Amino acid sequence: MDNDTHPIRLRETDPPAVRFSQVSKHYGDLTVLDSLDLDIAANEIVSIIGPSGSGKTTVLRVLMTLEPIDDGVIYLYGQPLTHMERGGILVQSSDAHLRKMRSDIGMVFQHFNLFPHMTVIENCMEAPVQALGLSKDEARERSMDLLTMVGIADKAGQHPSRLSGGQQQRVAIARALAMRPKVMLFDEVTSALDPEVIGEVLNVIRQLAGEHDLTMIIVTHQMGFAREISDRVCFFYEGRIAEQGPPDQLIGNPQNERTRMFLSAVLDAD
Amino acid sequence: MFDWKWDFTFEILPRLLLATTNTLLAAGIGYTIALVVGLAFALGQRTSITLLTVAVRECVEFIRSTPLVLQIFFVFYVGPQVGVTLAPWTAGMIAIGLHYASYLSEVYRAGLDSVPKGQWEACKALNLSMGRSYFRIIIPQALPPAIPGMGNYLVGIFKDTPMLSVIGVAELLHTANAVGSETYRFLEPYTLVGILFLAISLPAAFGLRRFETWARRALGVD
Repeated sequence: MDNDTHPIRLRETDPPAVRFSQVSKHYGDLTVLDSLDLDIAANEIVSIIGPSGSGKTTVLRVLMTLEPIDDGVIYLYGQPLTHMERGGILVQSSDAHLRKMRSDIGMVFQHFNLFPHMTVIENCMEAPVQALGLSKDEARERSMDLLTMVGIADKAGQHPSRLSGGQQQRVAIARALAMRPKVMLFDEVTSALDPEVIGEVLNVIRQLAGEHDLTMIIVTHQMGFAREISDRVCFFYEGRIAEQGPPDQLIGNPQNERTRMFLSAVLDAD
Repeated sequence: MFDWKWDFTFEILPRLLLATTNTLLAAGIGYTIALVVGLAFALGQRTSITLLTVAVRECVEFIRSTPLVLQIFFVFYVGPQVGVTLAPWTAGMIAIGLHYASYLSEVYRAGLDSVPKGQWEACKALNLSMGRSYFRIIIPQALPPAIPGMGNYLVGIFKDTPMLSVIGVAELLHTANAVGSETYRFLEPYTLVGILFLAISLPAAFGLRRFETWARRALGVD
């Protein structure tokens, strides 16, 4: 990362880009997030690891407002996201408030979720035109730049079904970036990919981390990648952060017994 | 046994062909109403407003569980008693349109349900509004699997247009009845009605299959 151009992190007065404050989420009897507190600074890259069912994907899903939370508040740059202020108190967000706040967040999914009836370029142009009100020419230019960046400009006119998984996922990254989000969420973006194409997707994310002022939250099973790219790694267990810290410390020298067990299990499997 | 008269056949043919245009018109208007109202019924059952959802679902169930001919009678004869007097054509189109709208809403619903949840999540993550998500992302993907069902009901509504004869809409069967009662000959007019229906239904079914293939390709779903 280029330290000269990178903004100073964690000035005291800056609100965190993302703040989970005592956030809980239940599915019936199952508690997936248990009074979670988590601050993520602007431009910080945080990886979330943990066993399945530990709530790591739910962190991204509630932050993207795909699902409501049951308790607590999520803030985005100091503004409540899941709630809004009315008469001095916080009430549940209206749809309008959610739409306004959500525009700063982009998400890339495990299964890409590209629009199958649109070409690659149309996938990227759709939201800038329909949600941001860009002209088609502006949206096309922006999309082509991003497709070039992710190395897939030559497939712009194809439908997603013609592309490999790795190519589709790179399109999905370009599509999310076309909305110019400040916070990018990556939800196990390589889990559905064949081993030989995982690298091309990780390279795109590496490039993003190096070139762009983006806050990134990455849920991943790729320990090596998490270690290399992250400023901080959070180990989730039963809806809470069991341990967190700089990647070398957390992955190289974990203190928590749960973390150690998890890491030895996944690293053995690799 | 059968005393088929060709000269009589050719004499009544123009009159029946003219009535066929009314049948096609009735099927066309009725189906157009059904397409639009059916979509409204389908979307109405997917809102977060529980009262609306329940009301629409009950309405659809009610229409689907009662005979079309009763609904036609009801709109035409009961309407005036509550101050709504409608011409036979209007009453007929409302009845048959609503009837098929409830069937089509089920077809739409199945199509909408077949679109993966991830598509909705992508719409939300890209901050598309509800309306744009539906009309630009979800419905275009819900249509191809719905087309066979929609085609069946197009042929269905066409074959149900003779029901409109009960309130005096001058479609094909109504005209054949008129010919019969004027001439006391029923063999030729009814046979012609059957042949005319067949002559339209069969190519229509074939054309719909071609259309389905084309639509799937045009929407890039194959």
